[in-house]
Amino acid sequence: MTQQTQLDRADTRVRHDTGLSGALRGFVDQVRSGDLGMLPVIVGLLLISIAFSTLNPVFLAPNNLVNLLFDAAAVGFIALGVVCVLLLGEIDLSIGSMSGLASAITGVLWVNSGIPLPLTILAVLITGALVGLLYGFLRNQFEMPSFVATLAGLLALLGLQLYLLGPTGSINMPFTSSLVRFGQILIMPAWLSYLVALLPGVLIVLGAMRTNSQRVAANLSASGLSVPLVKAAFLSAGLVFAVFYLEQGRGVPWMFGVFVLFVAGLNYALTRTKWGRSMFAVGGNAEAARRSGINVKRIRLSAFVVCSTFAALGGVFAAARLASASQQAGTGDVNLNAIAAAVIGGTSLFGGRGSAWSALLGVLVIMAISNGLTLLNLSSSLRYMITGAVLAIAVIVDSLARRSRASHGRA
Amino acid sequence: MTDQTAGPEHGELILQLRGVGKQFGAVTALEEIELDVHSGEVVALVGDNGAGKSTLVKVLAGVHQPTSGTIEYLGKQVTLDTPGKALEMGIATVFQDLALCENLDVVANLFLGHEISPWRLDEVQMEVRAWTLLQELAARIPSVREPIASLSGGQRQTVAIARSLLLDPQIIMLDEPTAALGVAQTAEVLNLIERVRDRGHGVILISHNMEDVRAVADRIVVLRLGRNNGVFTAETSHQELVAAITGAGENSVSRRTARKLEEVESKA
Repeated sequence: MTQQTQLDRADTRVRHDTGLSGALRGFVDQVRSGDLGMLPVIVGLLLISIAFSTLNPVFLAPNNLVNLLFDAAAVGFIALGVVCVLLLGEIDLSIGSMSGLASAITGVLWVNSGIPLPLTILAVLITGALVGLLYGFLRNQFEMPSFVATLAGLLALLGLQLYLLGPTGSINMPFTSSLVRFGQILIMPAWLSYLVALLPGVLIVLGAMRTNSQRVAANLSASGLSVPLVKAAFLSAGLVFAVFYLEQGRGVPWMFGVFVLFVAGLNYALTRTKWGRSMFAVGGNAEAARRSGINVKRIRLSAFVVCSTFAALGGVFAAARLASASQQAGTGDVNLNAIAAAVIGGTSLFGGRGSAWSALLGVLVIMAISNGLTLLNLSSSLRYMITGAVLAIAVIVDSLARRSRASHGRA
Repeated sequence: MTDQTAGPEHGELILQLRGVGKQFGAVTALEEIELDVHSGEVVALVGDNGAGKSTLVKVLAGVHQPTSGTIEYLGKQVTLDTPGKALEMGIATVFQDLALCENLDVVANLFLGHEISPWRLDEVQMEVRAWTLLQELAARIPSVREPIASLSGGQRQTVAIARSLLLDPQIIMLDEPTAALGVAQTAEVLNLIERVRDRGHGVILISHNMEDVRAVADRIVVLRLGRNNGVFTAETSHQELVAAITGAGENSVSRRTARKLEEVESKA
């Protein structure tokens, strides 16, 4: 360490948590003040696993978990988009209808009209982007609350979906096609799954080493490698075990792998780019963002476009999973599942807080509940009630945590 | 940031307003305003409610356009038609509501809208520049990685002022910087204003607080009903300033002071 005072260590009033014990102490402080982070998800997943596996041991069987991951990808994509609008303190209630419309378009263009799959998907994505543009435009030009605009969109898009599907009401997709195989069968090779499971740990350690050397060079305090090493070790061990367990069944679905790739991509965009910083700024204080020279309207537009586009992609995945485009696609609990997933994962409904990972973790919780309830052969009436209660609890936790953060002087 | 070579010499005239007027329909908010700002100088802008201080600030910030008169900046006549243009030219404004993002940390707030390498944010370099700037201002910010929500009012004011200095403006306008602050925090912000002046920036300070104004201002420009009503120095007595602000020697403030004085004298 250098002799001269490091730039960020000149003030003696601040406790600087260093090393492992420091990190632990910081974490406890953080949770106490209401910054729960991933804690609700981990506790939730543990409780769900214990409850459902005692009720029905099949729940924890490897192949059931593989199925769960297949199911999670479609809703996960929708939740990923929702994270973007929630970060701005906006909402999109039409994501379910958007995904349903997307599957209908896929059916009509690809199955009925014989247009090649890539072009079909491109058309679906463009449709999603246009819908997002429309919402953003309504919000920006007419100050129309996104709640109302997207509620109107929910009906309109559902109507369009029904219109496209016509009187037959559903279009089946060929089982031998690549899309349906992708949605139902295709599994990543075992070596690739293990490699991907090791990647986060490696990236954490490499990133920490790079940051440390840069900080030392810039005469800032470096935090040392013990914390990232332990974090990486735990994460890698957990992920490798998860992959190992899934490999006892069919393995890790490609569909889920693609979803995780997109989560990582959005995470980079939100945390390491100017766009992401602007998203958080607009969500935290739009007026401050505007005065800093951020084009608030454009940021809002981009969030709605990303949300609807991801919802459309989720719709294609859902169609692939079900091998059909039907009138029921995207209706029922899809909307609430996606929003609940984002909120349970730790993205605030009030804007300015959240991460891409919340979509991944939240969707695992939501899908675990839905999967477990299905295994118990409960009627959909009960499933709806329970999912509704879970969403309510998630929002209550979010509100309480927010209040606690405010009183502890955290954002 | 510390590169002052391109800037004007200490004491050089930066900003010159001549005969600036602003009409809002039938209402004349400003009329024939004259204002000079030199580098390394604190000019206080005082006046009663409705005297036109805020309008003048908004004209200089590019929010409003004057209906008459000329603005000369660094010897050239300019038009400030957008806030962005004013900022670009080197006139930074810290508004009364500081407009900070509470959910972001100090570094993120300082660099908001001007991040280093937009596609791959350079956090280390931004943090170094943040610390350097804050240390130049001798600002007491415990950690630049804490969200703004955890800072005190004075610290937030400091961050807001530091942010306005990031683009190295010639002039920085502070709108009521001490209005919501306690005694110690006010003193800190006044110290900060002096250090900003010593860095060679011109400072325009808008305040209702005569004590603060007299503590740091080199010149005190009084506005009254949208017109200039005299230029004073810190040595000017309180009564004289109040008289200039209220427009007469005989008014509720002076009567009250006189009455107090009488009471004290009669007791003695």
